[in-house]
Amino acid sequence: MDDKVNSVCEGCSQYSAKGLKKLGVNTDNIDFVVALAGNPNTGKSTVFNALTGLRQHTGNWPGKTVTRAEGAFEYGTQKYKLVDLPGTYSLLSTSQDEEIARNFILFGKPDVTVIMADACRLERNLNLVLQILEITDKAILCLNLMDEAKRNNISIDERTLARDLGIPVVPTSARFNEGIPELIKTISEVANGNIICKPHRIKNVPENINKAVKKLSVEIEKQFPTIPNSRWIAFRLLEGDTHIIDALKTGELV
Amino acid sequence: MNNKPIDNIIELSNDLRWQIGDEFHDNLAEGIYADAAEIVKGSVHTAQQQKQFRLDAKIDKIITSRTFGFPLMFLILAVVLWLTIIGANYPSSMLANLLLDTLHPALKSFASGIGMPWWLDGFLIDGVYLALAWVIAVMLPPMAIFFPLFTLLEDFGYLPRVAFNLDYLFKKTGAHGKQALTMSMGFGCNAAGVVATRIIDSPRERLIAIITNNFSLCNGRWPTQILIATIFIGAVVPKSLSGIASVGAVIGIAILGIFFMFMSSWALSKTVLKGEVSTFNLELPPYRPPRFWKTIYTSLIDRTLIVLWRAMVFAAPAGAIIWLISNINIADQSIAYWMINSLDSFGFLLGLNGVILVAYIVAIPANEIVIPTILMLTVLVTGIAGGEGTGVMFELESVNETGDILRAGGWTLLTAVNLMLFSLLHNPCSTTIYTIYKETKSVKWTTVATLLPVIMGLIVTFLVAQIWRLVF
Repeated sequence: MDDKVNSVCEGCSQYSAKGLKKLGVNTDNIDFVVALAGNPNTGKSTVFNALTGLRQHTGNWPGKTVTRAEGAFEYGTQKYKLVDLPGTYSLLSTSQDEEIARNFILFGKPDVTVIMADACRLERNLNLVLQILEITDKAILCLNLMDEAKRNNISIDERTLARDLGIPVVPTSARFNEGIPELIKTISEVANGNIICKPHRIKNVPENINKAVKKLSVEIEKQFPTIPNSRWIAFRLLEGDTHIIDALKTGELV
Repeated sequence: MNNKPIDNIIELSNDLRWQIGDEFHDNLAEGIYADAAEIVKGSVHTAQQQKQFRLDAKIDKIITSRTFGFPLMFLILAVVLWLTIIGANYPSSMLANLLLDTLHPALKSFASGIGMPWWLDGFLIDGVYLALAWVIAVMLPPMAIFFPLFTLLEDFGYLPRVAFNLDYLFKKTGAHGKQALTMSMGFGCNAAGVVATRIIDSPRERLIAIITNNFSLCNGRWPTQILIATIFIGAVVPKSLSGIASVGAVIGIAILGIFFMFMSSWALSKTVLKGEVSTFNLELPPYRPPRFWKTIYTSLIDRTLIVLWRAMVFAAPAGAIIWLISNINIADQSIAYWMINSLDSFGFLLGLNGVILVAYIVAIPANEIVIPTILMLTVLVTGIAGGEGTGVMFELESVNETGDILRAGGWTLLTAVNLMLFSLLHNPCSTTIYTIYKETKSVKWTTVATLLPVIMGLIVTFLVAQIWRLVF
């Protein structure tokens, strides 16, 4: 990390209002687990570095991160573990890096999932966002690369977007440390339940599929009353996803 | 847990799957995209004139074009190598001055001052310390130039374009287009390249990418190529052209590596790893002006120092071993002497010599120490006075002196060419072998990946030596 930039930012009152402390790889005694998911090449590793003070290598090509990197930071008095996931276009996984990401969101049960999206390519990125919102209801959309969007004359109404998606939306330019303080604050509020998300659920589903999904998710909920994402599991079962079938059998999903 | 209700759920899902038909996946995907389109309509506004996109498209048109794509790729590689070779000279000799000419005698006199026994002094200072000093002096400068340059290209967004250019060739050979990316990573470090193959989703194509990654000339081997090319290839042309000739020779070897990579990918996919080529989406990211100083800083810390550290960890014990085998005698002659002697005639068949083969055995842990080992053993065998003497690794004052020693050891242009070929085509270093095992979890494929390049190297150097001797 650029020490110079950091020392300036940390002197700013907003940045260190309650004190962000970068804890590097020290992930002991953490209060919350935060996952960083998103399409490839949207800046997940850059945000990860900004928050943890680690130097996970970043690069401008899709597929740079293939393993899960973990780090930690402290905000207020609480400790957060941050998990940088490999980028994926969807959760209907085939390759090993995509499976790492999906398994963590599904089985790792993060307290907050920060979904990174490229502001210039929002529509394409929403494919993954909408899938993640089927799985978890504690999520934040981090609208990154706002600097590029601005250069390309793309303007985004974040409030409308937040309302439509039912989750907080934070615009950032992570490469220049812009919006990072707001992101930290939002993570803390969602983790502590100060912000309650009502995530968007996929609406444009043909009627016959909808019926089948409903039937199936009622059965799933009967068996697992606490499960938050019965609808998504129903989707996967209808698809014949052997991983999910196995996970149901072993009870890993609960 | 009672599994009955869960089995019922699964059975129900199987029944329902029949009812909704096999267009489920597409229907769901369409549903998601329809939702996304609605949401975007309400919140995203794009102004009509999109200058940046047009500029990106213009750049792409040139660097991914059929005519200019390949020449530009080689030109960029040549510029990077040129800057590395030219730029590394000066700091290298400064470091060598400091670590070898100043610090080494100082340590020696300190050791004799406190009455250290000769064998401990030799083992620690002439063995371990000199190995470390050599690795730092020779490796640090080129790495400190090569890695940041490579990282700048990467941050700019050039790598996916390379993949795009090469995709057609990979498809022809039955391999995955993303292998271009893992191959590029291999130019930095093969172990990193092997880990990067996780982006390839088909196990068949991933195995091909893993097995052939070693054909990317890695950072540990660039300095060997550069040094030998400078001494021997640069010497056969007029002085004014020697720089260009050396860079050309190194690029030639790198391209030959790519050629071998394609050939063995093709051979593997036609024989033991048969299968269809899978399709994939390759996103060409927008060009992003790299954050120059930050990139320099992080690539220095993350790549250069980590790789240097690894080299040092392996060089220290290797230095100790070299000192030991040259100082422990069996029947009047050192172990190193016997090893070299017994491998000499085999080495001759390959256009190499016993020294080089012994050096490659000692240097299995890290390719970086091949050249210092060769120099030290050559001095030992020829008995010429240069350097520090028995079992001491050293760096010579100038490239010329290094050349003199090697020629005194019986080296010819053929030896140099075949050493460059063998440096390209031999087993991966032990770190890479271990990484391959970790990624494939298979002894069989690890063995294939280890032996395939050595066998090719033996065949190629043998053929080159025989033909060379027939012609000249």
